[in-house]
Amino acid sequence: MQIELTEEQRLLRDTCREFAEKELRPNAKRWDREHRFPAEAVGKAFELGLGGVAVPSEWGGAGMDTVAYALAIEEISRGCASVGVTLSVNNSLFCDPVFKYGNDQQKERWLKPFARGEKIGCFGLTEPQAGSDAAEQRTTAVRKGDRYLVNGTKNWITNGPVANAIVMFTMTDLSKGTKGITAFVVDTDTPGFVRQKTDEKLGICASPSCTIFFDNLEVPAWQRLGAEGDGFKIAMSTLDGGRIGIAAQAIGIGRAAFEEARDYAKLRKTFDVPIAQHQAIQFMLADMATELEAARLLTLRAAAMKDQGLRHTRESAMAKLYASEAANRVADKALQIHGGMGYSKEMDVERHFRDARITEIYEGTSEIQRLVISNALLK
Amino acid sequence: MDFALTDEQQRLVETARKFTKEKIIPVAQRLDEHGTFPKEICEQAWEIGLMNAEIPQEYGGLGLSTLDHVLMAEEINYGCAGIGTTLLGNNLAAMPLILAGTEDQKKKFCGSLTEAPIFAAYACSEPDAGSDVAGMRTAVRKVGQEYVMTGQKRWITNARFASWYTVFGRIGDVRDRHKGITCFVVPRDLPGVSVGKKEDKLGQRASDTSDVLFEEVKLGKEHLVGEEGQGFKIAMKTFDRSRPWIAAGACGIMRRALDECRRYALERKAFGQAIAQFQAIQFMLAEMAMKYEATRLLMWKASWSIGQGKLDAIESSYAKAFGADSAMAVATDAVQIFGGYGYTKEYPVEKLMRDAKLLQIYEGTSQIQRMVIARNLLAQGQ
Ligand SMILES: Cc1cc2nc3c(=O)[nH]c(=O)nc-3n(C[C@H](O)[C@H](O)[C@H](O)COP(=O)(O)OP(=O)(O)OC[C@H]3O[C@@H](n4cnc5c(N)ncnc54)[C@H](O)[C@@H]3O)c2cc1C
Ligand SMILES: Cc1cc2nc3c(=O)[nH]c(=O)nc-3n(C[C@H](O)[C@H](O)[C@H](O)COP(=O)(O)OP(=O)(O)OC[C@H]3O[C@@H](n4cnc5c(N)ncnc54)[C@H](O)[C@@H]3O)c2cc1C
Repeated sequence: MQIELTEEQRLLRDTCREFAEKELRPNAKRWDREHRFPAEAVGKAFELGLGGVAVPSEWGGAGMDTVAYALAIEEISRGCASVGVTLSVNNSLFCDPVFKYGNDQQKERWLKPFARGEKIGCFGLTEPQAGSDAAEQRTTAVRKGDRYLVNGTKNWITNGPVANAIVMFTMTDLSKGTKGITAFVVDTDTPGFVRQKTDEKLGICASPSCTIFFDNLEVPAWQRLGAEGDGFKIAMSTLDGGRIGIAAQAIGIGRAAFEEARDYAKLRKTFDVPIAQHQAIQFMLADMATELEAARLLTLRAAAMKDQGLRHTRESAMAKLYASEAANRVADKALQIHGGMGYSKEMDVERHFRDARITEIYEGTSEIQRLVISNALLK
Repeated sequence: MDFALTDEQQRLVETARKFTKEKIIPVAQRLDEHGTFPKEICEQAWEIGLMNAEIPQEYGGLGLSTLDHVLMAEEINYGCAGIGTTLLGNNLAAMPLILAGTEDQKKKFCGSLTEAPIFAAYACSEPDAGSDVAGMRTAVRKVGQEYVMTGQKRWITNARFASWYTVFGRIGDVRDRHKGITCFVVPRDLPGVSVGKKEDKLGQRASDTSDVLFEEVKLGKEHLVGEEGQGFKIAMKTFDRSRPWIAAGACGIMRRALDECRRYALERKAFGQAIAQFQAIQFMLAEMAMKYEATRLLMWKASWSIGQGKLDAIESSYAKAFGADSAMAVATDAVQIFGGYGYTKEYPVEKLMRDAKLLQIYEGTSQIQRMVIARNLLAQGQ
């Protein structure tokens, strides 16, 4: 057994680390406070090839693999978790399904510019009554000749307020349950695509999300992704990949919190010694580092399996479950190590604490990951 | 053994609950968002006797027991821990005077809190001395019969709105650790007293947390609380009395989380049933309820001991540490039960999570409580 990154993977990781250190970390607090989407920084990340890390170069991507992608998202999220999820959604939830299920005509229009980072994508699965239970789709797409008429609501759509296109899920045949779900890719400037105001959230405040209404949205039939009824399968397999991205995001947030706590513990003194000399603090740091390492190994294994074309549903769910819960434990301890300072918005750790919380919720809550894992175990 | 509340306690709880429902809950979210100090709400609370609970009747106070106080505080914290902390600030400022002040000081300063709805603050922590109280640097020079105080206090609840401060400073050298620490009561309007920067906080944003600066502030004997060098002991005795109040904060947050989650879990559907039907959700709720109940018992026990005159530091720390850690865990699960909605400002649970974190930090961090507990345990073994 050998666990080693390739030259290319290491290079991308180091480039991302440097970029995050220079462009993201110094500004993330301000973006959070102002609830501002850092379009310019995201643009620069795209210039580094982070629009479609694992998309082949002939389709505008960086032509690397999922392992490289996970490493990149960890580094970016260490600098700014909001930028991390912006990229993760574009890579995993938009480019990935278009690459995997799109035809050449679709790829030409919705993969190339998005993988190149000239445009930005979003993913619309969740509805007010369909969160964990994604099969409860109520958005309808009714075929009228060579087009579909779409009506319904999607909520919590990350990148929604800024996206140029959406991969979205609809019900084309209510009587068929999950087999009646159909996916489309649609430009957001299509008449009938109506965005609501940006959500107010606990964290990842620089990642804009919103509710979207489809008000008699007309979608030409050729924009359908896969066949009618393939939608649920597309959504689930897309999330298998997306969860690797969220696991990596969680590790990035956790690592930022851990590193800040470690550095603070060496400086801050109580009872005449640096708090790093109190065993209670030492053991917290030891647990934090151990959990982050374990989370990274799970995540890179899931990524490597995806790259080998192996089924990785269970492994992705394990990585996402463990990494997100670890990130929250780590962020909580990191805040605690900062004492009163941790409670102040002056310190980045206050933001990590809020940002970490989302990783246990989106792309399947921790409970849903446990369902996926136990289903796989008991099958 | 009897866990029943007296009629009087029952009435107190009902008054506080009604006030919370009518006055606090409707505005808590907005106060939090803008970091607005709850001045008017406190004035209304003062009118109906929900402030300054433990000030003795001879100084115009309610003279409530610690147990009465925590019962009432739990209700307030159910609505908003930021407001709970604001009320706590006054009680905390008054406690050193109640424990060690002169008759005149109690009349004047404790009395002032009961004559008008004003604020006071407890100023112990400094930028470089939080857990390590004995590391404080605020310097007090003796000049004849007078004291001259210079220093900077940080994280002071109510600082910006306080009419007076209970301040700990040191006479002598920093290396003397706890030996020279001395307690003073300092009117806000004395020359040299000023308020510094306000903290922009994760949670409990309605409460004011600011620096207080003392620059060559001249104090007389009338400002000295207890004796010179007794300050550390007074601070620790104050903590023994105040830690059950933090447990009350924890109980309020937990009961709110439980109520919100129970309601939501019964309403929200996934996979064709209420999420309350899933064992994962049921177990979270069960855990929440156990933590709430256990905290409340620890809090009652510590408060009861205080009322019996059998104050025991270890009991106060049990209640505080267990309560704070439990509240954090419960509020975190509350966000989980609400799923994506829990992460937004439209539902009250994300605020509970932000508010709860403070309980593990102030009035002695969760680590400091364990140190107190262990020290007491080990001493008992010797
Ligand atoms: C900031 C943010 C960004 C998001 N971005 C996107 C996006 O870009 N695209 C998109 O489509 N969606 C997005 N989402 C939606 C997200 O994926 C959902 O919020 C998530 O799947 C949970 O759904 P829900 O909020 O409806 O919770 P619910 O499904 O209502 O769940 C409530 C609670 O019940 C639990 N539960 C549900 N079913 C079970 C069960 N069978 N067993 C045990 N427990 C169960 C859940 O774990 C949770 O604790 C985003 C959400 C947020 C908050
Ligand atoms: C919102 C807010 C309101 C406050 N209100 C008041 C107030 O009204 N009046 C007042 O005087 N103070 C107040 N405080 C200050 C509060 O009491 C201190 O923040 C707290 O005591 C912790 O001190 P610190 O922040 O200096 O952390 P530090 O003492 O620097 O602690 C840092 C970390 O090290 C740990 N640690 C320290 N020593 C040890 C040890 N020996 N062993 C193991 N671990 C250790 C701590 O637990 C913590 O995790 C308030 C603080 C906040 C945030």
